[in-house]
Amino acid sequence: MAKQLKLWIDNVEVEVPAGTSILDAAKKAGKYIPTLCYHEDLRATANCGICVVEIEGQNGTKRACSTAVWEGMKVRTNSKKLRELRRTLLEMILADHEVECPTCEQNNRCQLQDLAYLFGVDEKNMPKVRKPQPVDDDSFAIVRDPNKCISCGRCLIVCQEVQTVHALTIDGRGFEGKITTPFDKGMLDSPCVNCGQCTVYCPVGALKEKSHVEQVWDALLDDEKYVVVQEAPAIRATLGEEFGMDPEKVTVGKMYAALRRLGFDRVFDTNFSADLTIMEEGTELITRLKEGGKLPLITSCSPGWIKFMETYFPDLAENVSTCKSPQQMFGTLVKTYFADKEYLNPAKICSVSIMPCTAKKFEANRPEMRDSGFQDVDYVLTTREFVRMVNEAGIDFKNLPEEKADDLMGQYTGAGTIFGATGGVMEAAIRTAYYVLVGKELDNLDIQAVRGITGIKEASLTVPTKELGDVELNVCVAHGLGNARKVMEWIQSGEKNYHFVEIMACPGGCVGGGGQPYGSSIADRARRGLSLYKEDKDLPARCSHQNEDVMKCYRDFLDAPNSEKAHKLLHTYYFERNAMSGEATKEVTHKH
Amino acid sequence: MKFYRSHILIGIDDESLKAGVKRIENALRNELEKYELADEINIMETGALGYFGTGISMLVYPEQITYVNISEEDIKEIVQEHFLKGRVVNRLVLEEKITGMYDYNYKGRIVLSNSGLIDPEDIDEYLGTGGYEAWEKALAINPSEIVEIVKKSGLRGRGGAGFPTGLKWSFTAPLEADQKYLVINADEGEPGTFKDRLIMEGDPHKLLEGIMISAYAIGATKAYIYIRGEYKLCISRLKKAIEQAKKYGLIGENIFGSGFDLDIKIKIGAGAYVCGEETALIESMEGNRGTPRAKPPFPGVEGAWKKPTVVNNVETITNVPAILQNGADWYLHFGVENCSGTKVYTVMGDVKLPGLCEVDMGTTLRTIINQYGGGVKEGKKFKAALVGGAAGVFLPNKLLDVKMDYNNLKEYSAVLGSGAILVMNETADIIDMLWSVIRFFRHESCGKCSPCANGNEVLFKLIDNIRKGEGKKEDLDKMIHIAEMMNLSCFCALGQSLLMPVKSAIDNFRDDFLEKIKK
Amino acid sequence: MYKKILEKYEPKKENLISILHDVQDSNEQNYISDDAVWEISQYLNITPSHIHGVISFYSMFSFKPRGKNVIRLCESPPCFLRGSENILAKLRQLLGIKIGETTEDGLFTLELTACLGVCGNAPVMMINEDVFGDLTEKRVEQIIENIRRRAK
Repeated sequence: MAKQLKLWIDNVEVEVPAGTSILDAAKKAGKYIPTLCYHEDLRATANCGICVVEIEGQNGTKRACSTAVWEGMKVRTNSKKLRELRRTLLEMILADHEVECPTCEQNNRCQLQDLAYLFGVDEKNMPKVRKPQPVDDDSFAIVRDPNKCISCGRCLIVCQEVQTVHALTIDGRGFEGKITTPFDKGMLDSPCVNCGQCTVYCPVGALKEKSHVEQVWDALLDDEKYVVVQEAPAIRATLGEEFGMDPEKVTVGKMYAALRRLGFDRVFDTNFSADLTIMEEGTELITRLKEGGKLPLITSCSPGWIKFMETYFPDLAENVSTCKSPQQMFGTLVKTYFADKEYLNPAKICSVSIMPCTAKKFEANRPEMRDSGFQDVDYVLTTREFVRMVNEAGIDFKNLPEEKADDLMGQYTGAGTIFGATGGVMEAAIRTAYYVLVGKELDNLDIQAVRGITGIKEASLTVPTKELGDVELNVCVAHGLGNARKVMEWIQSGEKNYHFVEIMACPGGCVGGGGQPYGSSIADRARRGLSLYKEDKDLPARCSHQNEDVMKCYRDFLDAPNSEKAHKLLHTYYFERNAMSGEATKEVTHKH
Repeated sequence: MKFYRSHILIGIDDESLKAGVKRIENALRNELEKYELADEINIMETGALGYFGTGISMLVYPEQITYVNISEEDIKEIVQEHFLKGRVVNRLVLEEKITGMYDYNYKGRIVLSNSGLIDPEDIDEYLGTGGYEAWEKALAINPSEIVEIVKKSGLRGRGGAGFPTGLKWSFTAPLEADQKYLVINADEGEPGTFKDRLIMEGDPHKLLEGIMISAYAIGATKAYIYIRGEYKLCISRLKKAIEQAKKYGLIGENIFGSGFDLDIKIKIGAGAYVCGEETALIESMEGNRGTPRAKPPFPGVEGAWKKPTVVNNVETITNVPAILQNGADWYLHFGVENCSGTKVYTVMGDVKLPGLCEVDMGTTLRTIINQYGGGVKEGKKFKAALVGGAAGVFLPNKLLDVKMDYNNLKEYSAVLGSGAILVMNETADIIDMLWSVIRFFRHESCGKCSPCANGNEVLFKLIDNIRKGEGKKEDLDKMIHIAEMMNLSCFCALGQSLLMPVKSAIDNFRDDFLEKIKK
Repeated sequence: MYKKILEKYEPKKENLISILHDVQDSNEQNYISDDAVWEISQYLNITPSHIHGVISFYSMFSFKPRGKNVIRLCESPPCFLRGSENILAKLRQLLGIKIGETTEDGLFTLELTACLGVCGNAPVMMINEDVFGDLTEKRVEQIIENIRRRAK
């Protein structure tokens, strides 16, 4: 255990382990030192200087975020000079910031706005030095507005160090030094995997999703269009936070009610296709295990991960499940299965999804995602966009009645729900694979070893199969692409031998997706994961093979898991991509 | 070994090469042969002779006569008159009574003792001056003793901050590590500073010897010289010197049976002033953008590739051989209390003889400018000197008699910095000069921290407005305020040090600013 | 394409800057091309985005094509005091380009640089690897003329 050090923060005595930053020590002493570039999840860059404090007996100041405490240190977090300093720094940052607060994505939650107000900043004190720059909005998923960027460096750390995607870099230096894409080619032509973690961590409005709100409103208000909606498992874990309700409870019934009030013609649920994914992917796993196919099998539901794999690990493409993501399975079925059932012209159907994810916007636009004969998913809204639409429509979300999803593609089990948390797909797959291989349900459906916020989780379980006897199943769950990279390198080098691997691009899984509320911390993500597990526990059916709607779909339309029709509609193939431009250069796996 | 009646030292540097010094050297050689003087008169190539703007120059030794602005046509006359007839060609002689590098009566030439006198590309010449004796001596004693000697000598870092060198070493020397590094900061980028270039061009072996001793003292088996990419001649001379030292077994494995290994490598920069900051330099060495790291951990504990690393300036390390050879007490005789030794200054701007000189610490600014720089040129009056480079201070007339050493200058909120002295005459416009200084910082800020990146930009905007006659009186205090805030909050010394030029220019020459604003 | 240069160095990130120097020097247009970046990134096992960050940080590097002769005029205070602004005006007039631009014939690119460490000869400029000091408008004219003549 690290040595305990005693120090004083504004005369309050506090004891913390050696290595603690002044910032954290101050928190313990009940003092929040103002910060701007700092985020608790990320390495302190010490860029902005807002968190400076004075230390008795020392000249100058120290940055609280990146200075470790020492024994007997006496810290002052507030003084005339420090206030003056913080105010001046903020004025200088604003001098290079496009101030358009009322229309900004981050209005009312912007950290710069907050601090500017708190410190009584007078924007006019400094000459404006901003030079207008073009907004980069060619990407399917992310819009980057350098005019608002304050060069805090959070997006860089997330993109380079946490996600190891390297789609962002700094061009030049000094005041002219700007965060941009490699060789200034724009997000579309960069290795960006659209995970959107940069948007979550941006403290101002410089990074946000490419919005589809207008297109969705147009479709909803167009009588010709039949608008169908699906909602991802993870968004129900965050709506409570956004609408001022219990953040520890999932919000389902009110979500359906709100969607109906927005004017969607049919309200389904992505959880349905999450269960469907398990049937397909579980069958694929069992087939590979039985027939000696390529192992480990790696999950494919996270489109950020898929593009990452195509860019950095195309040699492992054959390991990746051929299953489309739940969103895309759903999209294909809406314009085939559902259209058939309802005698609707698929050309008139507008398929909308609400996702915790920005990469889903890119995925929906992949040219191969048109197995229905149309673009399978027309528009993807993030959680944030959905919340904005509800608020714009003046819907009193909190007081809405609890409603149910529509039949046919609305039913789901607990297995579908936990897709939203890291380890959830793994757990759901194990529940069903066990059932199929052993012929009975698992005694304990809670597979704790794959739950939780640890970056890489490993587990080993013995499955007493009917046909093959006892089978040892080694599984691994990684979330965050930096962790995924490590696991892929282990697989490449043969250092680890897994049978089944779950990868989610975003830390925490989909509850921590790039389309979730701005500023989501790891702690928020962990809490959201827990609320999904809670819903799972409370549901009558907790295994995908118990989903009646899914079984009906097989009976009436798809025949059986991994049938020819299922392969045609629910499975896909992968490309190799150029790591400089992100461009697909060749197919590395092929359609069945 | 041959004995010569006279030696002709020809200064070879980038500038003289450009002016065709080789052509003139050949003409001289031919001319001497023509009169069968080749056996009597030795021609030696050496580094820069220590003054600039004087075209191709050569120094005749032992007569101590310097010919300047020599053209090919003059060669005949020089040979016939001087070497045949013993008559000095007065029209080409450097008239100014300057001392500079060639003050032979001054015993304090430590760093520059060989510069301009030996052929820097020949290790034997360096050996002939007693070179590498200190290295041999060092290997015979305990490394910790060397640290003590340097500590006692009072040697302080010559890169600008003036941190005691022995103390710096004493943090790293006792650390146990599988690898330690010595890094020589030869990224000389402070505007107006070119002393390290001339040390390296003129006497590369002395630097190498200093590196050897210092590396041994701290237990570093790998040393890097991080040198700016523009210094092509230095790079090639140092490479040659390293090769020679290797050949002579001065570096390599188990040097002289001591059990100590040392490898010296050169790392090349690519144009970034901030890399003069030691942690930024380390980042750059590792192949990254040269942005500074947080301290602590200090490089002495966790530096290059996370290993203990001592970073020292070229001039600092070049002092080490003499300290070891002659002892700490000898070194303490030079300079003033708490600031021992000599300092190499570069004097330039509106002076008669821009160049460099090595003088005792504590020598006054007036002496340096008048005696070594030849005074203000064209009979103009002195207005100000920017002392210490861009990160320095504008000193007015009334401070000309300030003693130049680390401690004393602090009392005037000034710094010795890298030893650059830019002299401005009465016609110089301080506003223009400050504008130029801020433009420099704005260009060189690494952009890592916003106080520096944005602060420089805002300051530049303000000074630019003032320069254009659009400034306001309040802008002056605002500028000082911003620079003060930057001083308190910038991540590294680059942004912190802008306060010195800004405050000194405005405080010492406020009337100039006000006049401009009124217009 | 750059194999010869790369193989001179161990495949370690610390050699990046030296490699970039060599690659740029080997290029007629004094720049580091996308292809070169890709090859270097493969050789050193570092990302193109890292290389972009490094290239753009150091003023000696460029990832945009430049002229055969890159003129880097010092803009630091010592040269400024000795009249570098006049030299700049002269260069702009002679070349007909602004700072950062390249002449149409691809012969010159005009850049400003921080102190080159030759301040005794202020004002100073570098053309590729060569230093030219004690510049006067007349001298600049001769230098440019010489280069133009030799290029013919």
